[in-house]
Amino acid sequence: MNGPHDLGGRMGFGVIAPEPNEPWFHAAWEGRALGVVLACGPLGRWTLDESRHARETLHPALYYGTSYYEIWTRALEALLLRHGLVTERELASGEAEPADPDPRRLAAANVAGVLARGGPTDRAIDAPAKFAPGDRVRAKQMHPKTHTRMPRYLTGHYGVIEVDRGGYVLPDTNAHGLGEHPQRLYTVVFDGADVWGEGAEPGLTISADLWEGYLEHI
Amino acid sequence: MPHDHADHDNHLDPMEARVRALETILTTKGLVDPAAVDEIIDTYAHKVGPQNGAQVVARAWTDPEFADWLRRDATAAIASMGFTGRQGEHMQAVFNTPEQHNVVVCTLCSCYPWTVLGLPPVWYKSPAYRSRVVIEPRAVLAEFGLVLPQSTGIRVWDSTAELRYLIVPMRPAGSDGLDADALAELVTRESMIGTGQAKAIA
Repeated sequence: MNGPHDLGGRMGFGVIAPEPNEPWFHAAWEGRALGVVLACGPLGRWTLDESRHARETLHPALYYGTSYYEIWTRALEALLLRHGLVTERELASGEAEPADPDPRRLAAANVAGVLARGGPTDRAIDAPAKFAPGDRVRAKQMHPKTHTRMPRYLTGHYGVIEVDRGGYVLPDTNAHGLGEHPQRLYTVVFDGADVWGEGAEPGLTISADLWEGYLEHI
Repeated sequence: MPHDHADHDNHLDPMEARVRALETILTTKGLVDPAAVDEIIDTYAHKVGPQNGAQVVARAWTDPEFADWLRRDATAAIASMGFTGRQGEHMQAVFNTPEQHNVVVCTLCSCYPWTVLGLPPVWYKSPAYRSRVVIEPRAVLAEFGLVLPQSTGIRVWDSTAELRYLIVPMRPAGSDGLDADALAELVTRESMIGTGQAKAIA
C-alpha cells in the first residue's frame, strides 16, 4: 500500500540530527513497549509481516507524529484486538479478567533461546529462476492496496539483477494470513540517475531486495 | 490499575500510562510474563549491541580467511562468533573501498541488523533519514560529518526484505600494529551503517 511508511525520496522531514551518546531508551515505557511487543510474537497469532502492515496502516498523522515505540505500541493494540486477545473495553479500562497462562506464553527462561533462534524466512523452492545475475529488469508499476515490500520510488524503474538469493516468504500474502507462498528474491541494482533523473547526485547506485513477482523482463 | 491509565493522570505521561495498562492487561490474561519483558530489555540494553559488530569487523581486518568467509557467507561467519537470531537471520557483509562507499537504510520501516548492532538509534528510524538517504546520500553523510571525494561512488542498500547488511568500513591508516581488541575500539556504530568511517588513529 502507498502508506505513510513508504518514505524513499519524500521531502520535508528536515535534518537528521543524530543524538550523541543516545541512550537505548528515552523513557522507561519504551523498553517495556519493546519487551511486550517481542513477548507477544511467540503467541503465534500473527507474523512479522502482519505486524509491519499493522504499523503502516496507522493513520499518517499518527505515523509521522509519534515516536517509533508509540507506533509499535499502537500497532500491537490493533493486532491484539484483531486476533481477539484483548477487547476494546479492556484497553479502555486497563482491567481484564484473570486467566491461566497461555500455553505459548514466553517464559523468561526462554527469552535468550527465542531471540538467538530468530525466525528465518528463507524457504526451499523448486521453481527455476526467472532471472539471472546480469539480467536487465523493470520493477513493475504496481500500487496494491495491501502489504508489499516494493518501495514506490523504484516502481517502473530499470535495474540489473545482482544476486539470486533463493526462496523467501512472500510478505504480500503472509501479512494477510494468506500463506507464505515463497518466491525467489533478488538483489537488484538501480542507477541513481535513472531513478531520480535531472539533478540526481552523481555516482549514486541504489539496491533493493525484490521478490520475483515484483519484476519483469525488458 | 485503572487510575494509571487515564490520560489526565498527574504522574504519568500518556505513553507511560498506555504501555503500563497494556502490559497489565496482557499479564492478567496470561499472555505476557513481565519477567520475560525484563529479560528482553536486559538483553538489548546490556548484551547485544554494536560491540558485537565491532568484533566482527576487527576480525575481518586481521584475519583474511575470516574476511573471505564473511564475504561469501556472512550469516555463518557471524554465527561462528556467537551472534545469531532475531533481525540477523540472513546477513550480508558489504566492504567499503576507496572506489565505493556503502550505506544502509530501510525506507519502508526500520530493518536493522540487531544481532550485530543492537537496537537502531532514533535517527535511523526517522522519516528524515529514511526519505533522504536514497535521494541525497552525500548531503545526508555530510550532516554526519562524512564528506567523500566526488570520485567515490555511493551505493545505498535499501533493506526491503529479510537480508540484513553489515558495512565493513575501511581499516584506518596507521593501525597496522593494533590487535583485534584495539581495532574493535575504532569501529563505531555509524561506520557499520555507513554514515561514518572507523575512527582515525589519534
